[in-house]
Amino acid sequence: MILFLAYSAVLLSFASGGVAIAHLQFPNVQKKSVFWLLGTSGLMAIFAGLGELIYPEIRLDTLNLGLPWLPWHVHFDGLSAFFFLIIGIAVFAVSLYAPHYTHHEQKDAQGFAVLSLFTGLFVAGMMLVLLADDAFMFMIAWELMSVASYFLVAFQHENPANRRAAFLYLLMAEVGALLIILAFGVVASFADGFTFDALRASTIPTTWMSIAFVLALMGFGMKAGLVPIHVWLPEAHPVAPSHISALMSGVMLKVALYGLIRFCFDLLPEVHWQWGVVLLIVGTISALSGILYAMMQQNLKRLLAYSSVENIGIIVMVLGLSMIFLANHQNELAALALLAALFHAFNHALFKNLLFLGAGMIHHQTHELNIDMLGGLIKRMPKTSVIFLIGCMSISSLPLFNGFVSEWLAFQTALQVDVLDNAVLRSLIPVSAAALALTAALAAACFVKVFGLIFLGVPRSRHAEKAKEIEDKGMLAAPAMLAFLCFFFGIFPSSILHLIDNVAKQLLGSNLPAQASLSLFSLAPVATQNASYSAPLILIGAVCAAGVCFWLLTRNSETTMRIAPTWDCGFGGLTPRMQYTSSAFTMPLRRIFATAFLIDEKVEKTMRENTKLNVADVRYTLHIQDHCWVRVYQPIERGVNVVAKQVGRIQTGNIRTYLGYSLATLILLLWVVSL
Amino acid sequence: MNWLIAILQPALFVALAPLLAGFMKFCKCRLQNRRAPSLLQPYRDLLKLTRKQPVISEDASWLFCVAPYIIFTAMVLAASVVPFIAVDLPTSAEADVIVLVGFFAFARFFLALAGLDIGTAFGGMGSSREMTISSLAEPAMLMAVFTLTMTASTTNLSGAIEHVLNEGVVLRPSFVFALFALLLVAVAETGRIPVDNPTTHLELTMIHEAMILEYSGRHLALIEWASQLKFMLYGVLISNIFFPWGIAESFGLSALGYGLLVISGKLILLCIFLAFAETAVAKMRLFRVQEYLGFAYLLGLLGMLSHIILESTR
Repeated sequence: MILFLAYSAVLLSFASGGVAIAHLQFPNVQKKSVFWLLGTSGLMAIFAGLGELIYPEIRLDTLNLGLPWLPWHVHFDGLSAFFFLIIGIAVFAVSLYAPHYTHHEQKDAQGFAVLSLFTGLFVAGMMLVLLADDAFMFMIAWELMSVASYFLVAFQHENPANRRAAFLYLLMAEVGALLIILAFGVVASFADGFTFDALRASTIPTTWMSIAFVLALMGFGMKAGLVPIHVWLPEAHPVAPSHISALMSGVMLKVALYGLIRFCFDLLPEVHWQWGVVLLIVGTISALSGILYAMMQQNLKRLLAYSSVENIGIIVMVLGLSMIFLANHQNELAALALLAALFHAFNHALFKNLLFLGAGMIHHQTHELNIDMLGGLIKRMPKTSVIFLIGCMSISSLPLFNGFVSEWLAFQTALQVDVLDNAVLRSLIPVSAAALALTAALAAACFVKVFGLIFLGVPRSRHAEKAKEIEDKGMLAAPAMLAFLCFFFGIFPSSILHLIDNVAKQLLGSNLPAQASLSLFSLAPVATQNASYSAPLILIGAVCAAGVCFWLLTRNSETTMRIAPTWDCGFGGLTPRMQYTSSAFTMPLRRIFATAFLIDEKVEKTMRENTKLNVADVRYTLHIQDHCWVRVYQPIERGVNVVAKQVGRIQTGNIRTYLGYSLATLILLLWVVSL
Repeated sequence: MNWLIAILQPALFVALAPLLAGFMKFCKCRLQNRRAPSLLQPYRDLLKLTRKQPVISEDASWLFCVAPYIIFTAMVLAASVVPFIAVDLPTSAEADVIVLVGFFAFARFFLALAGLDIGTAFGGMGSSREMTISSLAEPAMLMAVFTLTMTASTTNLSGAIEHVLNEGVVLRPSFVFALFALLLVAVAETGRIPVDNPTTHLELTMIHEAMILEYSGRHLALIEWASQLKFMLYGVLISNIFFPWGIAESFGLSALGYGLLVISGKLILLCIFLAFAETAVAKMRLFRVQEYLGFAYLLGLLGMLSHIILESTR
């Protein structure tokens, strides 16, 4: 039954793509049905995921697809189901949001068909990755996901910058896929067959296991966006339509994490603490540099993309903790770390989806994504602003919202290091916890900037001034639903943590520590006397305190508020340009962390009448580049170009030379055959 | 009974916060050879502000009016978590020290947004600086707190204090480092000299004041009270974590009275110490603050490492 739901989710998303094509031929087919099918697919995925999580059981199946002697093996266990749930929620939200968001694209029948077809394929591909039980099917589904999303990134291909971003994405996706194939290949060469069962049963030397781990980390990390292989993310996310970037950032990155978890925790026969340390370090670097770069961005979607790098970093860091605990036979703590990592993945899917959809709403109403051109939207788009504020509060991990709970769990896990014997680990983990604290604080600063500059203050451009609230119900309902979920899982986190605990049980064979309690009102991950967090009580306390204080202060009717113009220090003429801009807001942090960026800052002054003091005009330009791009990618690019030039020498353009090459090849082959 | 005390304790905390601010002012004035205002002056100021009609800019949004209530509530919640005169109250289980840091972050988030709401240059400047300083101070604070929680193997403040009490007087090098780290962070986070000067309105230096420049009337009263609360929270946190002796472990009237007396004594000593420090040190440039907070972080890290190397039982 549950497997049937999962299959129908996949088929429905295929069908939604198919209907879009059918619409080209038969105009009778309603465009709306595309979104209906996609939404139903999302719902089915939610049901399938929840069903499996509530009644955990490993469900297996074989499909006679693909090559005749290599059928597709399908499985559906807790881990797959959990990620199915994430996909389901995101796809459902997108299906509510997209009908109005894409109404421009819908005017162009062909463009709309392309967009819908590849959206359907993309979603189906992601679901199939989760269902795969052999390396063969896994890679086919993986490629379906990558290639379909390439076409979505390249959707607005009229702009050369978009084509460049899409090509970069495709290139990195394919290199990543190659690495994953190699990783599977390494394990498969010690196993008999490509099924996951065979891979699990393989006996593989430690060296080769470590090689497979590194390959998998690079392959999946390239998709997930770990530093330094994250550069496609900030390029590709801003150019795709917003609901697609929401899916890519909220869900596809999670699928890559699924791959990493499946490969390391499930397929490889054992884990080593050294790998955990690698994950911990890579995750910490990703988290810190992700948020530092996010802070410096002016384009909202680019900023959100960098913030995804940060969050993926946090998740990988906590996965590293889990691996360290697992290798030290602390299975209960490993389960706790896995719980924190998966819950953060879930939360990130919710709020990042919400923020990307919010970015789409802002762009839809103002045609502007540059933070420095917005402002004052809280009065013009009140509903959107509340929804977006909840997203910002969740991602800044403020108490009462879901982001806080997962970070709190991560801290709790990191503080359990005293059980480890290795002193290096015991000092390394708290340091990374402190880096996590820095990341969280910087994220709060970053999203104060985002919300403050976009929604508060005075509009900085005409577009922002003329902006109106979104009227379409679906387009508001989708992010509103996600905002509600962010709040709900912030107050009652145990409702989902129970389900994730089942995943940990299936994967690691161990639940949370015995004294832990996940009751509805209080959360105690290790033991009640060690740490507890009770969001409902805090909420009640907060409402009471704020209520009493509000009642006491507003009783006196003589003190009703008076509205007056802003005080301009007596000089007059306050203009919107006097407000802080994005680069002004982040200037202190840019200066403090100057070594983390490649900053190109120029101030050009033109003087009036050749005097030295009388400035006529000032031009300020600021350009911030990613270290990785200059230090890693440009040398590689130059290297490839040099090699290509050398190889190009054999191409003389003369037909006789080419005939000579053919002859030489033929003789070589004959010689090989004769051996 | 337990719940009654659990509600009365934060109420007392909130009520006493302006008094502590008044006492701090008193100490500073005396050290600088000035005549001090009455200890009750902060109460009079707050009362005056609540009776005044608040003036709101026409560019302000609802967030501007809601933010003071949120900030104040966050501080009240924080006050309900920090053990003040007694440990082991039922409210102490609702949140631990990481949540406490979260409450501070919550208040700061809204304060910074309120600073940006009117769209003046001052507000943005204050918000930008506040977020910068706090994002450096928060990890330093957590580092110091982690040292303590790893020693006590609990992040629950009440539990940690009981642990220290049961251990008796032991000189732990990690605690010395953590104490100094937390002191430095407290000075930065409560906006005192040398990081910020609460008495100045000079655009080159102000941080906290720049954000609340547009507030008046009851909104200003709430924000002022919240910052007084924050000051007292840090004071109580430092005195009770590192010198918990005297805190009431039972809920008898005499134990509670003794607890109140002892914590008052500790806070008075701390205030005098801080007043000396503030009088002796000049305010530093904004871009020296990262060195200051970096030092605090380093102290926290040293505390952590000395715990792991010297004190761990393994």
